Amino acid sequence: MSEVREGLAYSREHEWAEKRGEKLVRAGITDYAQSLLGDIVFVELPEPGTVVAAGDSVGSIESVKTVSELYSPVGGTVTAVNESLVDRPELVNGEPYDGGWMIEVELDGDVEEAFEGLLTAEGYREHLA
Amino acid sequence: MKPDKALIFELSRPGRVAYSLPECDVPELGAASVIPADMLRAKPAELPEVYEVDVIRHYTELSRRNFGVDNGFYPLGSCTMKYNPKLNEDVARFPGFAKIHPYQPESSVQGALELLHTLQSDLAALTGMDGVTLQPAAGAHGEWTGLMLIRAYHESRGERRTKVIVPDSSHGTNPASAAVAGFETVTLKSDERGMVDLEALKAAVDGDTAALMLTNPSTLGLFEERIVEIADIVHEAGGLLYYDGANSNAIMGIARPGDMGFDVVHLNLHKTMSTPHGGGGPGAGPVGVKSKLLPFLPVPTVGKRADGTFYWDGDRPQSIGRVKAYCGNFGILVRAYAYIRTYGPEGLRRVSECAVLNANYMMHRLAPYFDVAFPGVCKHEFVLSGKRLKAFGVRTLDVAKRLLDFGCHPPTIYFPLNVEESMMIEPTETESKETLDAFIDAMIRIAQEAETDPQLVLNAPYTTIVKRLDEATAARKPVLNCSCG
Repeated sequence: MSEVREGLAYSREHEWAEKRGEKLVRAGITDYAQSLLGDIVFVELPEPGTVVAAGDSVGSIESVKTVSELYSPVGGTVTAVNESLVDRPELVNGEPYDGGWMIEVELDGDVEEAFEGLLTAEGYREHLA
Repeated sequence: MKPDKALIFELSRPGRVAYSLPECDVPELGAASVIPADMLRAKPAELPEVYEVDVIRHYTELSRRNFGVDNGFYPLGSCTMKYNPKLNEDVARFPGFAKIHPYQPESSVQGALELLHTLQSDLAALTGMDGVTLQPAAGAHGEWTGLMLIRAYHESRGERRTKVIVPDSSHGTNPASAAVAGFETVTLKSDERGMVDLEALKAAVDGDTAALMLTNPSTLGLFEERIVEIADIVHEAGGLLYYDGANSNAIMGIARPGDMGFDVVHLNLHKTMSTPHGGGGPGAGPVGVKSKLLPFLPVPTVGKRADGTFYWDGDRPQSIGRVKAYCGNFGILVRAYAYIRTYGPEGLRRVSECAVLNANYMMHRLAPYFDVAFPGVCKHEFVLSGKRLKAFGVRTLDVAKRLLDFGCHPPTIYFPLNVEESMMIEPTETESKETLDAFIDAMIRIAQEAETDPQLVLNAPYTTIVKRLDEATAARKPVLNCSCG
């Protein structure tokens, strides 16, 4: 079974979002998503400073099976991306919720508002079932 | 055969040559005296220096490592890897086709022009279209051409429509072609049977919809039975319907895209019409259109005069222009013509019937051992899921690797994306029952091995020149340089 971590918000497209500050959110793809993609070999991330809307494509994830898009689960300004994925894309497979994080986004509004359209851990589990 | 193969550069020895040329009997000019200095190499090109026999042995051995339709069964779903009759090759080598030049006067190439004209008409008849361009050099080039025609059509009516709808099961080239043609793509979720969800389609179309791109049969090998309703929904919104001909091997002489409501269609001649696949081409992706799009076709097409002679017809003021030099890849078009003429209308229908029969036979025999993704009658291909083998730690990739030991090319794997651990199998019509049975028996044996001796499957292949490759590391840390010291 894929891990669904408590306390995170989830999109139906299998991204997670974690509150890191009043207006700061960290995001990546879920354990389920990485298991479906298989060995990830390349991650293309946006430039910091990129302004995104929730659901926008902000990059791509290439695995041995396929290339899929990375959607930002929240809207705002990308303030940081996980540079270690450039050399070690396998972190996404090994620790999708920790070392495999992808982007940090500074929100325009507050976190609660940004998470309104997302699922809870329980909701995401039901989505997968 | 040796597992490691030296590169041709590693066989090189200084001064070794294949030929000794006679002494030059005219004054020799140095390259520097005829070529501008800034275009001259600073140092000689490092070309391999080898004997002729070394070249022949080297490349002959490499060629024996290839696997193609001429070596064995190649059920690569979605690719229609049918056998290419050698008669096509003979015909393409006729001097009247092989030794002419596109700039020859029309009067001296009437036979070649007649062939192109007949092929245009045959493909139009087969697809239910009113006109065809033979220029596009590949399927995706055909897609792009078709979308440019659609854009020109809308613009001629004073409309600037920006969106192209593609189903989530479509070939990746569809959204890519739409993007290159300057459209925004809208992805349509499939219903639980992998078909177009009519409600989702109704919600997706609007005044910005330029076209819906669709294959029928679908990527899952199923016939889209509600195609007329789908066409109505798109047409009512002012959009056009684009037919991706990737799967037309299932419907020749049985159903025509034009009758289903499609406005533009491309055909992959390397699939349906048995012209060679791969090897970098050349390919051909002719595009057919309904009459309302005829004014926009690329120029020239081949026309026929009242006196029975043929000519390059460039009189099309609203044309999108040329999309390929000359008339497309002529040699490939000759092969397709030979194929169509060999079979004739009845024969082409039998081709599709046998392609569908073969696929259903295989699906039926494999159904007890693998999960059929969409049970029922399939068309020319079907999708299996390898998910029940996951309990033994065996994945679809491992099944594909093990199949190599049985001398088969594996099916397409992990496509379509909406089926877990998918395998997409397309036998084509050209295979005997014995060949189909041998593949099926190999698949059944692998399913049993997965249960009784999974390690055997996980370590496969055993009989190939290189064994299991580490695909992840090869992609993550590719070594692209060869040091030939």
